[in-house]
Amino acid sequence: MADQQTTAAAAVPSARGTQRKPPRGRLTASDILRKISQVLGELLITAGIVLLLFVGWELWWTNVEADAKQTEAVKSFAQEFAGPVTPAVSQATDYGPPVVGTAPAHGKTIGIMYIPRFGPDYTRPIIEGTDQDVLDTLGLGHYGNTSMPGALGNFAVAGHRQTHGAVLDNIHTLVPGDKIYVQTPDGYYTYVFRNNQIVLPSQTDVLMPVPTQPGVTPRESILTMTSCNPRFGSQERIIAYSVLEGWQPSSAGPPSEIATQVAQAQGKG
Amino acid sequence: MYAWIFRNLPGPLWLRILISVALVAVALVLMVEFLFPWFSQFTSLTDSTIGLVQQP
Repeated sequence: MADQQTTAAAAVPSARGTQRKPPRGRLTASDILRKISQVLGELLITAGIVLLLFVGWELWWTNVEADAKQTEAVKSFAQEFAGPVTPAVSQATDYGPPVVGTAPAHGKTIGIMYIPRFGPDYTRPIIEGTDQDVLDTLGLGHYGNTSMPGALGNFAVAGHRQTHGAVLDNIHTLVPGDKIYVQTPDGYYTYVFRNNQIVLPSQTDVLMPVPTQPGVTPRESILTMTSCNPRFGSQERIIAYSVLEGWQPSSAGPPSEIATQVAQAQGKG
Repeated sequence: MYAWIFRNLPGPLWLRILISVALVAVALVLMVEFLFPWFSQFTSLTDSTIGLVQQP
């Protein structure tokens, strides 16, 4: 019995050995099956690697790409900006009602937003339009059907919470009273953060001249920022409302709080 | 499959290694430029607008 087993066991590898190199064109069923499962396995491993690469691309590379494009947009805006970068001596001057610019074409820069709460170097371009091409690379997108900075009513912008630059990642860290500065070719608009609100993605009345109050005539200038909520999700939207506090023309220089950043943006060129 | 591709590349071993590295690089570039941006519209990470429901 034992002898038979050993001979049978010895015979198996040799039989396999002869089967391993069959004449061309004569593949056995098990050979074909093995080839198919091998190719399938390699394809599945490939798919897994591609999915991991996609996650890496989405969470990391889109930020690298968007940061580069946004730095470029900030730089070219700052280079065209005509005005001193040192603040005026007297900050108390009243410059009258703010100048309201006209909206540029889709994809063109409206200005730069400075939010010191998000870090001393937070300078992001505000671009006209909220289509994917604007939001995915260029920064904050201005809702075309809302007002321009300084106008009575609602100046609304959207930005990504995560990926593609994550321009509004820290939107939940704003504290009432925080200053938000918008620089356009006309001047500097200082907004003060008032409150935030979490709504469903379909609640478009947050973009109304007086947010969430249809038909009411606006008496103040609001800055509305919208982004995803929660982070890494999109079931809701987080809305941050700020109120215009003051305005100064570009000839007066930047508000002293952001003078360094403005000078830096211009000096980069 | 990959072994078959590698066997069927022309040239000596060093050239085949070089070609396969180049092929992987080309595949990466194609994915980053075309496949991933197209695929990202099906993820919901990037929705940040109100009302304008262009993507699910």
